[in-house]
Amino acid sequence: MSLNQFLENAVSEWMKVKGAESDVIFSSRVRIARNLAHMPFPMLSTASQLEEVTHLIKEALTKDDIPEILENAELIEMADLTELQKRVLVEKHLISPHLAEESTSGAVLFSQDESVSIMVNEEDHIRIQCLFPGFQLEKAWKLASQIDDWLEKHVTFAFDEQCGYLTSCPTNVGTGIRASVMIHLPALAMTGQLNRFIPAITQVGLAVRGIYGEGSEALGNLYQVSNQVTLGQSEEEIIDKLQGVVRQMIDHEKQARERLLGMSSIQLEDRVNRSLGILAHARIIDSKEAMRRLSDVRLGIDLGLLTGVPSSVMNELMVLIQPGFLQQYAGEKLGAEERDVRRAELIRERIGMERE
Amino acid sequence: MNLLCPECGKRPATLHYTKIVNGEKTEAHLCEVCAQEKGEYMPGFDSGFSFHNLLSGLLNFDMVSSESPNIAQQTVPRCATCGLTYNQFSKIGRFGCSDCFETFRDRLDPLLRRIHGSTTHHGKIPERTKGELKIKKDLEKLREQLARSVELEEFEKAAQLRDQIRSLQERLSE
Repeated sequence: MSLNQFLENAVSEWMKVKGAESDVIFSSRVRIARNLAHMPFPMLSTASQLEEVTHLIKEALTKDDIPEILENAELIEMADLTELQKRVLVEKHLISPHLAEESTSGAVLFSQDESVSIMVNEEDHIRIQCLFPGFQLEKAWKLASQIDDWLEKHVTFAFDEQCGYLTSCPTNVGTGIRASVMIHLPALAMTGQLNRFIPAITQVGLAVRGIYGEGSEALGNLYQVSNQVTLGQSEEEIIDKLQGVVRQMIDHEKQARERLLGMSSIQLEDRVNRSLGILAHARIIDSKEAMRRLSDVRLGIDLGLLTGVPSSVMNELMVLIQPGFLQQYAGEKLGAEERDVRRAELIRERIGMERE
Repeated sequence: MNLLCPECGKRPATLHYTKIVNGEKTEAHLCEVCAQEKGEYMPGFDSGFSFHNLLSGLLNFDMVSSESPNIAQQTVPRCATCGLTYNQFSKIGRFGCSDCFETFRDRLDPLLRRIHGSTTHHGKIPERTKGELKIKKDLEKLREQLARSVELEEFEKAAQLRDQIRSLQERLSE
């Protein structure tokens, strides 16, 4: 698949299929960190050592036993991409901000459907990421583990009997796993329950963040919930625990939605329709407002209050209206004000297309 | 060509900058670790307070304060492979290479316990390592048996055990 295809399509193949609980959980992701033995971690590597890592991965890709999902996948070097192109890949969650901004000899490999990406020379030598729609953490872990097994046949990973898989940051040591879900919690936010929820989740060893990771704002009531502990528990235990907590969050969100619908139906109906009206007609819209309105509309669709706009359009728009994508789409660099105009235009067109 | 950092002489100098103090221009080349130690700019760490500052807080808890800085400096372990010292590690919050774990092992347990509430891996083991671990355990057992049969003067059995040990050792070194 050409790089252009990765960059032009806001929606990865995987997003077009609905996963379980997709009215609350947008996606499930598992990432595992691995390093090569007897080689300094990327932060302290020389250019030639980093090249050697890339070379070893390229070599592995030529082997006959390559997993089917990675067949024909090509390694893309960060140095060959423009800042804008990298940004688009970050907005699609295909690469991490760290790989885009800080890695000097970074590279990445995608599967055709973009459900798998392997980052090379990020903070660790290798990061395997599997991303699925809806609530499918186990499936994501199984695939990541399978790719890990394959890679392990061709390279030697840094592993210690006591500490497990060795990683650059002590917070990843052991299993090297970070499992997360992207969860849409508009009703919990509207009813003010979220402020009570988040501290409780932190207490059980999970983290809640905005969708673009550490330090990012929670736009459009979208949150990322992930495990913090990577040592002392097996991968299955870690995923079980996250799943248990997320399942509770789904239940609470659904209850809150029902209650909102029962108690203040006309207010809710007004709110989601008002937001759809703004999205369908606004001429200038910033990304914060757009995300907020999209969240309302998505809630309206999920509750059956709005018809004629499929929920997948919302998933697509949430990526398309990000600054990198807008500029990629426009084919030029845009200032903040120009972006707000383009954003409004794009949303109007996209929603109009569905309603015709 | 990689320029080595003049401070530690071990790592590649990846930060190159020009300093102008009172109109006098000096050029400097440092590795990220030494730059961080000297309080110079570090890319990605310019936001003032980050997660890694927090982590450094956790890492610093066992610093020996009663000893004089001189003695402390001498006893600080330095990773022979990548040149990272424990002090540097506690400032950056990152290991330099996989051998750092061996070098700093004595100090890691309290740190890992604070972060993860545990110090021992219970997850996946690489297939190849799994095999090696088994061979190592088997070797231990065979060596014990060998010692016992020598003690009991069962030489025929001892010879068999010796051959088994040898073949396992060969498999391990493959």
